[in-house]
Amino acid sequence: MYNEMFADDHAVRGPYEKVAEWINATGVDLLNLRQSEAEAIFRKIGITFAVYGEGADPERLIPFDLIPRVFGAAEWRKLSRGIKQRSRALNAFLYDVYHRGEIMRAGVVPEELVYQNEAFLPEMVGVDPPGKVYSHIVGVDIVRTDGDRFQVLEDNCRTPSGVSYMLENREIMMRMFPQLFKAGIVEAVDSYPGLLKKTLQEVAPIKCDDDPTVVLLTPGSLNSAYYEHSFLADLMGIELVEPQDLFVEKGLCWMRTTLGPQRVDVIYRRIDDTYIDPLAFKTDSLLGVPGIFDVYRSGGVTLCSAPGAGVADDKAIYVFVPDMIKFYLGEKPILENVQTWRCAEPDHCKYVIDNLKDLVVKRVHGSGGYGMLIGPHAARKEIEAFRAKIKANPSEFIAQPTLDLSTAPILGSEGVEERHVDFRPYCLVGKDIRLTPGGLTRVALKKGSLVVNSSQGGGVKDTWILAE
Amino acid sequence: MLSRTAENLFWMGRYMERADATARLIEMGYRMAMLPGSNEQEEWRSVAAASGSAPELADPEAKTLSASAVVQRLLLDPENASSIRSCLTSARANGRAIRTALTQDMWEALNDGWRSLGQMDADTALKNLPSLLEWTKHRTAAFRGASEISLLRNDGYYFLRMGGLVERADMTLRLLDVKYYVLLPETDVVGGGRDYHQWTSVLRATSALRAYHHVYKGDYTPWGIADFLILNTAFPRSVAYCYRSISRFLDDLAELYGEQGSPQAVAREMVEQLERTGIEELFQHGLHEFVSGAITTTRRLSFEISKAYHF
Repeated sequence: MYNEMFADDHAVRGPYEKVAEWINATGVDLLNLRQSEAEAIFRKIGITFAVYGEGADPERLIPFDLIPRVFGAAEWRKLSRGIKQRSRALNAFLYDVYHRGEIMRAGVVPEELVYQNEAFLPEMVGVDPPGKVYSHIVGVDIVRTDGDRFQVLEDNCRTPSGVSYMLENREIMMRMFPQLFKAGIVEAVDSYPGLLKKTLQEVAPIKCDDDPTVVLLTPGSLNSAYYEHSFLADLMGIELVEPQDLFVEKGLCWMRTTLGPQRVDVIYRRIDDTYIDPLAFKTDSLLGVPGIFDVYRSGGVTLCSAPGAGVADDKAIYVFVPDMIKFYLGEKPILENVQTWRCAEPDHCKYVIDNLKDLVVKRVHGSGGYGMLIGPHAARKEIEAFRAKIKANPSEFIAQPTLDLSTAPILGSEGVEERHVDFRPYCLVGKDIRLTPGGLTRVALKKGSLVVNSSQGGGVKDTWILAE
Repeated sequence: MLSRTAENLFWMGRYMERADATARLIEMGYRMAMLPGSNEQEEWRSVAAASGSAPELADPEAKTLSASAVVQRLLLDPENASSIRSCLTSARANGRAIRTALTQDMWEALNDGWRSLGQMDADTALKNLPSLLEWTKHRTAAFRGASEISLLRNDGYYFLRMGGLVERADMTLRLLDVKYYVLLPETDVVGGGRDYHQWTSVLRATSALRAYHHVYKGDYTPWGIADFLILNTAFPRSVAYCYRSISRFLDDLAELYGEQGSPQAVAREMVEQLERTGIEELFQHGLHEFVSGAITTTRRLSFEISKAYHF
């Protein structure tokens, strides 16, 4: 197991020198005090996260751990190249899927995985989104399994959330410990909202002949990520709209304002494909903006991400991302995938069934850490239940080895302790590909746990990229 | 600005003002009910009536009315959309739905302590009534203060303020509607200390006691009080002040939007009526008629504002 802060001989690793110095100088007691102050501030500002199905508190806080997670400049250089490469390939793949399908014709990606995928939208075939961009914000979930080994766990091409934590965690660290940032050793993350807005403006639709009006579309204040929606809209200085604020007329999209209808050009939507347009997709749904998909298709408005972008972040498609990189870019993948068995393949399935106790099993379409099996930590009964489920419906599952995730220091009940972490950077794709030096580090706060999802007891940390 | 945002701001202004005014109203009832020789029942009944949200308690035919029932209904009841608790919760929900239209200061003022009234029962509330009412006034004052110092002076601010002013005019008018008989000249002959207390109670409910002294120097008289609450343009809870301010905000809005909306006609007509009418004339035509008419006009104004700005 790779401890990011300490080498085997207990020496502090280079990137963590400043953090170690700070922990020693501040002392655990004061750090604990600051941590509870930080929590009070988060509560006051209203940075909350709702967990579906738990009922109790609709506005819950994600625990924040005070000790930053650090990447050295050289580590980031590699990560950054890898993330951008991946984002480019995923978008090329999406364009291909909805056009000639070369990669399927070449036999690199199996046809049925794409065309029979739930996230594949036949309505999108032949549609040309501005700049050929489908996924404008790519969230790549990365784990570190050794000193120089970074592996991608999954890609998020639809509407990855969590970027507000990247910004707020930094904000709170700067508020509590300004002296840490004085020397400028940590790269700033506050460029993100500006870059995001620029990215969205760059993909204005062809019918837009003026400065594009960009809005952020949220399902509403009951959505679990509502805070993030309002936060980003605020930082970009754009309207935060709900579906009922928008309507379609004369082949264009408008929002209802106090001055009457105002034209909308680009919609950063934080709402699922199926709820965008009740006329085009989910006909029994009352949500969404009727007719907006037609406007999109005819170049009257841009939807970010494009409908149907989810076909690229499916866990079954994930397996092929390194092949996509070679196929579309002619490059060698910089970031590795995690070895993955697709249960749809009979020999893979057999291996999985026989080795369940050593594997992590995930649903192909699942997210949020729900409905997964962590073999080494699971009770026998649970394993048996999964075995039956896989046999009944093999193509629904994939399996991966239990990864030896790296650990980072946290402030625990016994002082500084180590916990497993992952990392999600947010790559922006418009005319250019842009990446803010930072991301969201999630940490499994339960000792020994490998599940970092906030819905399952995970917390967050500030993430430092050290300046060159 | 999105119409939904304007609507939310307008109503947030109304809710916060209503919470504040309700706290002052309960404060008045509490004080009056404690006076020696007061008819406790009657006092609480008029509080319920003035709030406009507890008709079943205000009904004079209804049986005994306890302080605890009024406090439950006006302070705590989540089913009563006008209870202090509901107002604070709704204002926060409105604010949350339009987070981007609020400043951080305003949000913090809305968000801070909004759960405090959560599970409280009427007995506990009654025991701590003065401090709870103080707390409510502090919450609303903090919010108002945060808006004043941090919100951009554009349409969002105008809608927020107009909501508060419409609500305030309405609250003052409803108080007058319930207490008008106290202010009728004939109560003079009924005379005695009782009326003195009744008059001051009306001033108290509008936090106008000291201010009244400054303006009218001498005694409490029914027409003095009515004049103060209706026609005095310097007193910020008077009908005239509220309407003049609304009219000014509608002008600001018209300047910003480049077009005059229909609500201005309603507001201006009232402003002009109040300017040319003296208090004697008002009494001559009937205080009660004027008050009922003004309540209807205020409702219409609110409706015209929402119609003109598409919410």
